[in-house]
Amino acid sequence: MKSPYKILIYGFGNPGRQDDGLGNAFTERMEQWVNDLGLEGFEFDSNYQLNIEDAAAISDKDLVIFADASVEDIEDFILTQVDADTKVAFTTHAASPGYIVQLCRDIYNRIPPTYLLHIKGYEWNFREGLTGKAIENLENAVEMMKRKLQNPDELISSFKSFEYKEVY
Amino acid sequence: MSKKITIEPVTRVEGHGKVTIHIDDEGNISQSRLHIVEFRGFERFVQGRPYWEAPVLVQRLCGICPVSHHLAAAKALDVIVGAGTGDGLTPTGEKMRRLMHYGQMFQSHALHFFHLVSPDLLFGVDGDPAIRNIIGVAKKFPDLAVQGVMMRKFGQEIIKATAGKKIHGTGAIPGGINKHLTQEEKESFLNGPDPLNIDKMISWSQDALTFLKGYHKENKEFIDGFAAFPSSHLSLVRKDGALDLYHGVLRAVDSEGKKILHDVDYQDYLDYIGEEVRNWSYMKFPYLTEFGKKDGWYRVGPLARLNTCDFIPSPLAQKEFEEFKAYTGGKPNNMSMHYHWARLIEVLHCAEMMKELLNDPDLMTGELVTKGEKRSEGVGVIEAPRGTLFHHYAINEHDQLTMANLIVSTTNNNEPMNVAVNHAAKQFMQGQQKITEGMMNAVEVAIRAYDPCLSCATHAMGRMPLEIVLVDNNNNIIDKKRR
Repeated sequence: MKSPYKILIYGFGNPGRQDDGLGNAFTERMEQWVNDLGLEGFEFDSNYQLNIEDAAAISDKDLVIFADASVEDIEDFILTQVDADTKVAFTTHAASPGYIVQLCRDIYNRIPPTYLLHIKGYEWNFREGLTGKAIENLENAVEMMKRKLQNPDELISSFKSFEYKEVY
Repeated sequence: MSKKITIEPVTRVEGHGKVTIHIDDEGNISQSRLHIVEFRGFERFVQGRPYWEAPVLVQRLCGICPVSHHLAAAKALDVIVGAGTGDGLTPTGEKMRRLMHYGQMFQSHALHFFHLVSPDLLFGVDGDPAIRNIIGVAKKFPDLAVQGVMMRKFGQEIIKATAGKKIHGTGAIPGGINKHLTQEEKESFLNGPDPLNIDKMISWSQDALTFLKGYHKENKEFIDGFAAFPSSHLSLVRKDGALDLYHGVLRAVDSEGKKILHDVDYQDYLDYIGEEVRNWSYMKFPYLTEFGKKDGWYRVGPLARLNTCDFIPSPLAQKEFEEFKAYTGGKPNNMSMHYHWARLIEVLHCAEMMKELLNDPDLMTGELVTKGEKRSEGVGVIEAPRGTLFHHYAINEHDQLTMANLIVSTTNNNEPMNVAVNHAAKQFMQGQQKITEGMMNAVEVAIRAYDPCLSCATHAMGRMPLEIVLVDNNNNIIDKKRR
């Protein structure tokens, strides 16, 4: 199925640290789904953390979905718009999605509609594999994003302001 | 009232650190320390795992320099599988690994300079912290920011082509490598659309050096005098004395250039290097055993490498090296801020070496793996972006890892970073009654020169708020600030 949009799904985290790999696992699951359905227009990427070159990667996209493990007090997952973040990025460990969006704006004069999928994780030790509860959260997030991405217009058109906004 | 100032954690370094500066009743700096406050025992974690997993497992240490750990582990396992001590691989195996390594060094150094250091140079150590960052650089000097982004991206693409993927790359395996470079990849790196091609990377590397040297000319007092102190220097060098970031023998020189470690085989590193534990930090303090704990410490990293090697085996970087050496009359360079100069010369060297390798047909054909008689123990050493990195493993008859010892680059620089902090504190804080943000950043600038990765050094995950605590002689907190 041909899409008029260029969509980037980008998971980040360290899969060698248990639930820190939730973002990467999400990307793998979505890539599998896109391949199974033969959808076009999607790109996928994964890394240990976001970094400055990702500003170039998002600069020509119509929609960007970052996915990361979360320690926030949330039920299973949330999807939020990404605001351009002007805060100092203290380290490259801590390059946030907002920081990447800000850099993209300053270098490439463009802000693509960008969202962050926060998936709740629980354990972070030196070990491969997600915990059972994290897998449940991942499944819920995958099912929701499949529905959203079958018609991405809503996500693209609803990205209008830079106010921190929970959309799901 | 005497007091202690704590800067915690240090900003724009990798991982989590804390600086305490003790001030006595007269306002003099009595002691400064860089503390490492997190620890996770990685060496213990790998015990019992099959040895061939090590090059992938060690990448869990940190996402900043996984390639260095990947390659150091693979080199140690080369010894265990009987593939020699770093020089026994097939031409394809060694050259693919070298390309991976130069890609890693190139992107890591570029990231450090453009992302972490250039804000201090462009806006001043005491510049407004709201703009003294890469976002500020992007607004005021967009061309420079683009260069940083694209140089990092080029290096990342080289890593992807040689290691197989960005996360938990599997390219280097015991005894060699598991893939060739494709014609398409080679063509892309050599002749890709501007700016993502090797000639542009070489050109931008030269531009970065020109920028830094211009800054140096205008700010000689700061660059030459800030946190400058004599020390020994240690690194790998090629057997003929050339700079070699991938393989060689261990050499150390003292602050005057006299050789104090004479090109020894790193398989025997335990004969020459000890590690001291101090009760106020989880990071150990390595030293050359011949000179003892007090006098045996040394610097590692770009500055040390350019102090130990005799020449650089690529023409453009060699020319820059000659200028670098001439600045100190051929003597070792002991100025902390000159790490940045040395680092950018290495960036240029890496770019040149990548071009040479990309034109080498061995990368696209040839045997990938060497095998030999198995051994039970092996040491792998590599010059990682931040300095000399040691991996040492032993296995049992069931091929399980029974012992792992890692001395990471930042650990090797532990004592020099402490000395640098002390110098910076004395220079900027001596006799001051009020500690400004600029003073705090000055201490961090001294640490950043060494490009430490505290996550690797302590094998911990980093968190990065900034906290300042003032403590009197009785350890009572009298003030606390966080940013």
